Amino acid sequence: MTSDSNINLQQGTFTFAESKGLVLQSGRQFGPVTVAYETYGELNKGKSNAILLLHALSGDAHAAGKYKDSDKKAGWWDLMVGPGKPFDTDKYFLICSNVLGGCSGTTGPTSISPDTNKPYAMSFPVITIEDMVKVQYELVKSFGIRTLHSIAGGSMGGMQALKWAQLYPDVVRSVIAVATTARLSPQAIAFNEVGRQAIISDKAWNKGDYYGNKETPDKGLSIARMLGHITYLSEEGMSKKFGRQLQNAEEYQYEFLTEFQVESYLHYQGQRFTERFDANSYIYLTKAIDYFNLADGYGSLQEAFRIVNSKFLVLSYTSDWLFPTYQSEEIVNALRKNNVNVSFCEIKADYGHDSFLLQNDLHEKLVSGFLENV
Amino acid sequence: MKRAIEFLKKRKDLQSILGFITKNSKVLDIGCGDGKLLSSLKQAKDIEAYGLEIKEESVAECVSKGLSVIQYDLNKGLPEYADNSFDFIILSQTLQQVARPDDAIKEVVRVGKKAIVSVPNFGFWKCRLNIFFKGRTPVTKALPYKWYNTPNLRVLTIKDFYDFCEESGVRVIKTMPLLSTKNGSEKVIKLFSNLRADYCVFIVEST
Repeated sequence: MTSDSNINLQQGTFTFAESKGLVLQSGRQFGPVTVAYETYGELNKGKSNAILLLHALSGDAHAAGKYKDSDKKAGWWDLMVGPGKPFDTDKYFLICSNVLGGCSGTTGPTSISPDTNKPYAMSFPVITIEDMVKVQYELVKSFGIRTLHSIAGGSMGGMQALKWAQLYPDVVRSVIAVATTARLSPQAIAFNEVGRQAIISDKAWNKGDYYGNKETPDKGLSIARMLGHITYLSEEGMSKKFGRQLQNAEEYQYEFLTEFQVESYLHYQGQRFTERFDANSYIYLTKAIDYFNLADGYGSLQEAFRIVNSKFLVLSYTSDWLFPTYQSEEIVNALRKNNVNVSFCEIKADYGHDSFLLQNDLHEKLVSGFLENV
Repeated sequence: MKRAIEFLKKRKDLQSILGFITKNSKVLDIGCGDGKLLSSLKQAKDIEAYGLEIKEESVAECVSKGLSVIQYDLNKGLPEYADNSFDFIILSQTLQQVARPDDAIKEVVRVGKKAIVSVPNFGFWKCRLNIFFKGRTPVTKALPYKWYNTPNLRVLTIKDFYDFCEESGVRVIKTMPLLSTKNGSEKVIKLFSNLRADYCVFIVEST
């Protein structure tokens, strides 16, 4: 156990589906499942102040705080979580868990299969956003929590939030869905596929069987991350951050080096990603995102939302071209047609899809104002 | 609740809106601003309140009041809303700010069974005198902007509004001409309203 006293950071794991296994959306039974989670703040006596935070593709359970003062970086939504912040740890009890199929403590392709005593690798079942949500539901239940004050997430986290509202309408009092979509666009599927192909065509990937090998598919994974990163930024964001600046020289070298700052940045991001993320996990999670279409099996999005019983806040960002505003508006329109209490705002922000992770006063005001009125 | 009633007491136009709106009705306020009217109506009449607002800061204000508000530009019309899906639509000081008021009013009476529309009256005597004697575009309490920074794209009079409704297939059920007074409240104007009122509230429906 580690703790950040300021926000009462607690780490834990929860294991279930040991004997019977969880029935996945694909029909396959799978178990046991271990979930790595963190909590912040304190659960009140009535267990009514819990909020579930849902991370995006490359995130993990570490949403806020630092494990030790010397940590370079705090959790992924540290700007939003803490005393006096929108997800106020003095008021709310926050839970964040690593998703099923992830590689930061929750069961995924890197986990050891009890049948073979080796990592699952590509024998891990194909999972969906719905499967992730079902695992989170078991975790929430394990705390004895019957209703959640809110659930909140951006990007892939937002997809989970929408799925939660659909699967467990009576558990979820409110939903904050940020920079997300109700179905992945063909353009976004296309980017994901190029990312997966970058990994798969790396010889070191070895059909997913690379754990313990000297060579691991770092090259493929870093290219996938570089491509992904471009989709999370925007042209104006890149222009502001890097311009056409050169990294190490005053003038062009007329050689195929990493010359521009933007190139150097992408290489750095790609490299760093391989130190903390698993290539197979990337393949599984991007596939889960590709499959995501909330209207599947319902005929229309409006029909898909018919049973929801939560209040919604939907936020998009002007420069997000991966999950553009019109995709949020589709969610909002479908909710309004069901007379759901939904608020929506498109926030002016230059930094593309990643804007939801950055400092923004309006975004903070919207989230805190919304949470106070649930 | 107390604050809501205080707020409504001051504003005659809003009081008349309050009187007109039935309990538990479904109301869409287009251009709802910071949501004061909508939340007052919610408390006083238990309405099902929905808002549309273009400014993001105002949307955040509304969300802080617990309202359901969508950032939206009325210039896009209301294609996502079915006919008669609201009992009342409120269009307070908004019609003169859209690019095509004729398209907007048709959408409003399609989606709402009844609509409450308020607009500034350019036929007000001070406006007329300003133009006539000073030769300058009037700046008044109801029209406080200069010609170059006004959000009011259109200027119209009460009489213009009648003609406009007739041409747009809209029936005016009730007219309430008002004059803003010094203490911030409003007076109802009964005679020579196109000359003496600085703005006007109309209740309209589709013919």
